[in-house]
Amino acid sequence: MTLFGYRVPMMASLLVWCVLWEIVGRLDLMFILPPFSDVLAATVDLVQLPSWQSATVTTLRAFLIGMLLAIAAGIPLGMLMGRAKIADDLLGMWVNIFSSAPLSAIVPVLMILFGFGENTIIAAVFLFAIWIIVLDTRAGVRHISPSLIEMARSYGASQPALYGKIIVWAALPEILAGIRLGLIRGVKGVVIGQLLVAIVGYGALFETFSRNFRMPQFWALTIILFAFALVVSALIEWAEAKVEFYAGVR
Amino acid sequence: MRAAAIRNETVMTEPAVDAIVEVRGISKSYGSVEALRDIDLDFPRGKLGPSGSGKTTLLKIIAGLIGADGGTVSVNGKKVSAPGPERAFVFQDFALLPWATVLRNVAFGLELRGTSKEERETTARRYIKDVGLAGFEDKYPHELSGGMRQRVGLARALCVDADVLLLDEPFSAVDEQNRRKFQEDLIRLRTNQNKTFIFVTHSIEEAVYISDRIVLLSPRPGRVSRIIEPQIDRSGDPDRIHRDRHYLDTVEEIWQGLKQYVE
Repeated sequence: MTLFGYRVPMMASLLVWCVLWEIVGRLDLMFILPPFSDVLAATVDLVQLPSWQSATVTTLRAFLIGMLLAIAAGIPLGMLMGRAKIADDLLGMWVNIFSSAPLSAIVPVLMILFGFGENTIIAAVFLFAIWIIVLDTRAGVRHISPSLIEMARSYGASQPALYGKIIVWAALPEILAGIRLGLIRGVKGVVIGQLLVAIVGYGALFETFSRNFRMPQFWALTIILFAFALVVSALIEWAEAKVEFYAGVR
Repeated sequence: MRAAAIRNETVMTEPAVDAIVEVRGISKSYGSVEALRDIDLDFPRGKLGPSGSGKTTLLKIIAGLIGADGGTVSVNGKKVSAPGPERAFVFQDFALLPWATVLRNVAFGLELRGTSKEERETTARRYIKDVGLAGFEDKYPHELSGGMRQRVGLARALCVDADVLLLDEPFSAVDEQNRRKFQEDLIRLRTNQNKTFIFVTHSIEEAVYISDRIVLLSPRPGRVSRIIEPQIDRSGDPDRIHRDRHYLDTVEEIWQGLKQYVE
């Protein structure tokens, strides 16, 4: 973007919004919106708190375990649905329902199943993330050129070789897109899970801050979460760009 | 190479005895469309024999990629129903791995067979040179032209050292200059590889130019309508073939016979 002949850097718009936030905050219109500088100061304080650090460890661990499970289960399931019509007919409807359903409503049920602890959070992350991974993997496998499969067969590929050397690679762009979208949904899952359970990790912190009207800390925590989600998705996007070069020529 | 030449000569005298691929009573339907009916064919060893009217189905049945509704295919006297190492397929759309280099693509058939990396790459380099792609080993398919991609597909098929090469309209996605060059290369490869090439083509000129035996299939249902064995001397300059008396006569003869199916 250029403005009055000058090139404006990418993050400039963010700066504008920060300044706007600062001004509105200084006007003291609403107690829920403290000045941005206060939020920044609170962020610096927050990351030094042992309670934040242990909450981050808990949250990150639940998120990673949930995501790994979702990826490990989602990719094979998507492949199965992409390759076998019967699996697609049996499962397709459910995957589509779950991928668009308001899953937050199920989290209380998860609490009954998994108790008030980390397991519920892991289950929430898993449940939020897996469906889009399944759907994208399925789409990727469906798009593989039939002649690539025939080629592998005509040169005597075993089933493991067919999957390991052809299908995974040919569907990789879609699989990565699914993982990226899954990660973003997984962040939602971890936050919603922790908020509902309310005694674990960030959920407990959010609960404390909002109940005691500690708005700068509340916003600081929100910003940290947003930044985390953005960084994670940018990392996957970078990996996607690396495989992009062959997505167009398959 | 000398052995190959001698072998070809014996084949010329006794073609029926030494058939490498035998097709017996093959039929295949797609729903209500009868694609092939009762096909009987022999493909003599060391010869090129394309079929006329786009019968990819027959080629894929020979390759074992699709099953026939009836009839049998034998290769080297053994009945086959699945892909096997004695047959290699060259695909119309090349079917190269876009994420792999030319070298890995050419060696891929051997990779699937579990040949060691060093051995398969040595073999692959040799065939890459044979098809005229030396220097392109580390390029990716999207960096190559259509003609070069098909050369990769051909090198991959040569690499596994099959007796029969099945080519499914290999030149249809290749531009005209490359196609001519490729056809010349195929004549050269045929003389020094001692392999049987069976390929499908729509082009009468192409069929007559490179084939020892041409099988014309009639459309819907596909049946063998004629078998022609053009007597063309291909030992000299490949450009001379285009002006050869037999070449021109055979092209004309086939065209006259096919005219009835047009429209």
